[in-house]
Amino acid sequence: MQVVSPVREPLITGNKSYHDVTRDICTRVEEKPSKSWFLAMAVSIGALLVGGYALAITLWDGIGMWGLNRTVGWAWDITNFVWWVGIGHAGTLISAILLLFRQKWRMSINRAAEAMTIFAVICAAMFPIVHMGRPWLGFYWALPLPNTFGSLWVNFNSPLLWDVFAISTYFTVSLVFWYMGLIPDFATIRDRAKGVSKIIYGVLSFGWDGAAKTWSRYESVSLILAGLATPLVLSVHTIVSMDFATSVIPGWHTTIFPPYFVAGAIFSGFAMVMTLMLVTRKVYKLEDYITIKHIELMNIIIMVTGSIVGVAYITELFMAWYSGVEYEQYAFLNRTSGPYWWAYATMMTCNVVSPQLFWFKKIRTSIAASFILSIVVNIGMWFERFVIIVTSLHRDYLPSSWAMFHPTLYDMGVYLFTFGFFFTAFFLFAKFFPVINIAEIKSILKSDSEKKPVAKAVVQDIKE
Amino acid sequence: MDSGKNFLMGVYEDEDVLLAAVKNVRSAGVKIHEVFSPYPVHGLDDALGYKRTRLPIAAFMFGFLGTILALTMQGYMLAIDWPMIIGGKNYASVTFVPVTFELTVLLSALGMVGTFLIVSNMRPWAKPRIFDIRSTDDKHVMVVDLDENKVSADEITRVLNNSGASEVNPKQFDDN
Repeated sequence: MQVVSPVREPLITGNKSYHDVTRDICTRVEEKPSKSWFLAMAVSIGALLVGGYALAITLWDGIGMWGLNRTVGWAWDITNFVWWVGIGHAGTLISAILLLFRQKWRMSINRAAEAMTIFAVICAAMFPIVHMGRPWLGFYWALPLPNTFGSLWVNFNSPLLWDVFAISTYFTVSLVFWYMGLIPDFATIRDRAKGVSKIIYGVLSFGWDGAAKTWSRYESVSLILAGLATPLVLSVHTIVSMDFATSVIPGWHTTIFPPYFVAGAIFSGFAMVMTLMLVTRKVYKLEDYITIKHIELMNIIIMVTGSIVGVAYITELFMAWYSGVEYEQYAFLNRTSGPYWWAYATMMTCNVVSPQLFWFKKIRTSIAASFILSIVVNIGMWFERFVIIVTSLHRDYLPSSWAMFHPTLYDMGVYLFTFGFFFTAFFLFAKFFPVINIAEIKSILKSDSEKKPVAKAVVQDIKE
Repeated sequence: MDSGKNFLMGVYEDEDVLLAAVKNVRSAGVKIHEVFSPYPVHGLDDALGYKRTRLPIAAFMFGFLGTILALTMQGYMLAIDWPMIIGGKNYASVTFVPVTFELTVLLSALGMVGTFLIVSNMRPWAKPRIFDIRSTDDKHVMVVDLDENKVSADEITRVLNNSGASEVNPKQFDDN
């Protein structure tokens, strides 16, 4: 028997019965896609094709097509890599950490957030692989295999190699976690479907039958996966930050990076979840499942993590001054007032100032404001990575090697390609997979929905 | 599991009614074959008298295997086969921690999920026995195997009806 507070706001509105939940989510999979879905797909595939051309040219002619130079050897590619990995963090955070903390509101958003994680990690992984110049050899370079000219192995002291292990483990575990969650829902769709789709969803559901024994094991597996994914999600961005923090470049060489990057990742990830969920909610009419309360709670997380990021920025500035290291001091002086001051100002405005608006209840419960601010936050987070990477590199120790970075059309094209991929994959997911975890929603329907008589009866039971 | 051919199914609408029913039906001396639910019902495994799953042990063992594997691999590669002496420091060092951690998590997760799929007979090509397709929608279905029980079918029907089942239906399978 669950303890239910009669004063707590319901998580699911609209007096849903169990069958209503099944119908509401499964109908989206079963019916023909709407015109707006085809339009959205056309735009995404268009971006995929235009970006694909830029990617093909980059692969054919080499990364000289990008605007990199001898001084700025990492720019948009690694910026995009860190940005996408960061976005990918919210999915696992929502499904694993919020599961451990028993935050039931995660159930309406975890499925889509995990899908977003998987697609974002694929987008992220593309950049380092393309940056290798010869990606068809890249797998060989990155894996622990001996060198062709001797038995020199990959270097396990290098954070770049840790990254290979971290990202691939993160991707695999997230995929498994996401798929495990999907299995019972695929069975629900299978049992409603006819013909070919019955066979397809039958295969996808792995022969799920919902037996009590299986559910008992399944719950245990979910809990342990959450326990494993929680340190994993923190480790991934920690390791990404070590790509920078273990170097000796002023502006990168700081111990604050791991927590600062993890907070930033959660911040941008939640913003992306917000952007996607507001659109999905509207298009699929899921207002009863993703309520204003869900939006408000996500906005609170954005506000808190945004403030942590803000504190990290200020700490960085303070430490640069307080350390007395003139290279460090110059790096930060150059960041804030050098030729890239506008990038720093954008970052500060979008990441530190804008989330503070969520202190106002009117703003954090407004759909329009949430949508706009979620995009603003992700613009800010892109600039954060750009600022960290490019401003730390472009003024090298010797003024003779100072340079600026100018992105080419191919830099932009490859970035566009990942957007095309991300949205194409997300729209396909939203059409063919259940966007909300049906089974989990049913399990909280009795305790956290608007069905007052049931909730009252439960409270009565507890009193007795 | 798939031994019997003749079954009786009690259909329940509500999880709390189901939980009470499981206790009542079992105390009436009827052996329950299995209960199928659209979502996890907490306490149902205890009510049915199922033992706690040993999957956490599998997860630990696979994780431990991952740790050993990662340390052996890195140690062999960087300390034995081709020693990398950087700054006069030890070959094996704290820099092995990240990869060791990742491989521990990877093997633990994959091993546990693989074990779960095997012990639960879940395969892409698996053809499960579906007693009532509403059990993945909104009904809890309690299945009693008539061949496993000494109690008569009429008596079981009565017990199920009394326990709060909204319907009691017979079900037969011709396969095996």
